Amino acid sequence: MIRTFSYIDVMYLVAAARWTLALTATAFAGSAVLGLVLAIARISPVGPLRWLTAAYIHVVQGTPLLVWLFLIFFGLPLLGVSVNPWLAAALAFSIYGSAFLGEIWRGALASIARTQWEAGASLGLSVYEQLRHVIVPQSIRIAIPPTVGFLVQLIKNTSLAATIGLVELTREGQLTAAGTYRPFAVYITVAIIYFAMCFPLTQWSRSLERKLDVAR
Amino acid sequence: MKYGLQFRDIFAAWDSILDGVLVTLTLSVWTMLGGLAVGVTCAAAKVYGAGWLKRVVTIYVEVIRNTPLLVQLFLIFFGLPSFGIRLDGMTAALIALVINLGAYTTEIVRAGFEAVPKAQMEAGHSLGLSGLQVFRYIVVFPALKAMFPALASQFVLLMLATSVVSQISVEDLFHAASIVQSRTFRDFEVYTVIGVLYLALAFAFRGLFAGIYYWAFVRR
Amino acid sequence: MSLVEIAGISKSYGAVQVLKNVSLDIAKGEVVAVIGRSGSGKSTMLRCINGLEPIQAGSISVDGVRVNDPKTNLRKLRQEVGIVFQSFNLFPHLSVCDNITLAPRVVKKQAPEAAREVAREVLRRVGLEDKLDALPSQLSGGQQQRVAIARSLAMKPKLMLFDEVTSALDPELTGEVLKVLESVAQEGMTMVLVTHEMGFARRFGSRVVFMHEGRIHEEGQAAAVLAEPKTPELQTFLSAVLH
Repeated sequence: MIRTFSYIDVMYLVAAARWTLALTATAFAGSAVLGLVLAIARISPVGPLRWLTAAYIHVVQGTPLLVWLFLIFFGLPLLGVSVNPWLAAALAFSIYGSAFLGEIWRGALASIARTQWEAGASLGLSVYEQLRHVIVPQSIRIAIPPTVGFLVQLIKNTSLAATIGLVELTREGQLTAAGTYRPFAVYITVAIIYFAMCFPLTQWSRSLERKLDVAR
Repeated sequence: MKYGLQFRDIFAAWDSILDGVLVTLTLSVWTMLGGLAVGVTCAAAKVYGAGWLKRVVTIYVEVIRNTPLLVQLFLIFFGLPSFGIRLDGMTAALIALVINLGAYTTEIVRAGFEAVPKAQMEAGHSLGLSGLQVFRYIVVFPALKAMFPALASQFVLLMLATSVVSQISVEDLFHAASIVQSRTFRDFEVYTVIGVLYLALAFAFRGLFAGIYYWAFVRR
Repeated sequence: MSLVEIAGISKSYGAVQVLKNVSLDIAKGEVVAVIGRSGSGKSTMLRCINGLEPIQAGSISVDGVRVNDPKTNLRKLRQEVGIVFQSFNLFPHLSVCDNITLAPRVVKKQAPEAAREVAREVLRRVGLEDKLDALPSQLSGGQQQRVAIARSLAMKPKLMLFDEVTSALDPELTGEVLKVLESVAQEGMTMVLVTHEMGFARRFGSRVVFMHEGRIHEEGQAAAVLAEPKTPELQTFLSAVLH
């Protein structure tokens, strides 16, 4: 039975956006934790660690997100690890995101001039103390605009979770389109909702970047 | 663990996989060309165009960059038929990808041109060169050199992103994976192999672009 | 008639007025040094002469051609007025020879071989004949600036403008550039230099113009003005600069 695409459907779509945001938040947490580890590993003096991390980042950045999604959701169960769509999506997005976020944060850490390290060292601070009191505080300000930009990427990426059946905004859109036979109207609505989530963040990231340029 | 990793079945389905690679490559290359053309045109419009044109381009860029590629794809493939425009998978995929890449390319091209210092153009004008001459002899080459790395990066990302077209049944490399999977039921191995293939393609493209950069901009 | 006639020009950037009713005549063969603090308007005035900056009031004429007239063909004018910038502004992707021959070839439609000969000639005048095919990145700051001067000379201009051409150079490199400026002056070129080099101004300048807050505060014969500043602003400026 075909129903009309009505206001109620729009509300359901907006409600589904909740899951998009929830998935984004989860994936961001995962990416952040892993990304921080990667960033620090990349600037550590331990050669093999740097090399290994760089290899990981290259591999992840060189494969499509869909591959990770399907590998984890369809592949792992065959090895005896059971995963539900949520876990699979969260894991896949975290792995994928950590490579990009890690690079962003490494860039922020690396952009702090060598002279800052030298100043800290000359005062007798240990590497950890230098990181904690001198380098990281300055890096955070630099890292914020691109991190917000990354968040936008993440929100868009969550749409791929639909391909493994997870009900977030895009999947809800597919179901609604099938039920109402009005794909154009449905997907336009879906696009508008994504835009409403992403655009403010994009603008915020830009204004943050401008403020940063002024301050420098 | 009762499951033994078995790659032999995957290699037996090699021809399906190769067909998929071909489709992915074809789609990628055509999209890169199309996306670049769109990007250069829109960047020019943004820098030299009238006020209303600038606004149209800005809206295009912002809408595309703040919505997912998958949704854009669905809109074109599933949505357009409502208006009587029924496209086959490949065509819809190409259009969606070009529109998508075009938006990102516009920004990269624009940044490349803005990276040429104003002082360079002033020196050119002061020597009596016309606007067009300044553009051709002084701006174009440094701008291309400036935008090349970001462009190459975006193109590799695009090649990987073409995997989404599998969702509208275009028989690209990722789609080939599901064919092999339905035959062998060895999901883990299939997606690992496909992943490695994408990695190889990304590596190849990166190398190609690095080579082009070296040949065009570094050697003298 | 003077080669350059600046009559009552005023210019503002938004709300800030940088030139206030400035008038100056420059005769053929004169070497005029313009001095003053940053923000006094001296570079702006220079850039108005070849039309890089528009003016809001007054008029500027170079060899009888009005610069600020919308009907004037600025490109033609700029073939007669050479300008050398503080940051050299050589084109990094072109060799020294290509930098110098670009305008003669593209604007004056000279044949490439003839243009190359002209390039060799002007490079000889600035002492860099052996760098004909080098890239700007392979040259020192002083060498790049001399190439920039050569590039302007290749167009055989009637007037040359110099915007603080030694300010961006290491001290030991300014000497070679000043030597080139001397020889250009001795060949009778009409020159307007915005500069901090008081020694050069005194030895080779026919006139010195001191600008302060957008106006010409003092001007006169170089030696006289620099030795006996009449206004307190110039006295302060000179004592600060000559330390």
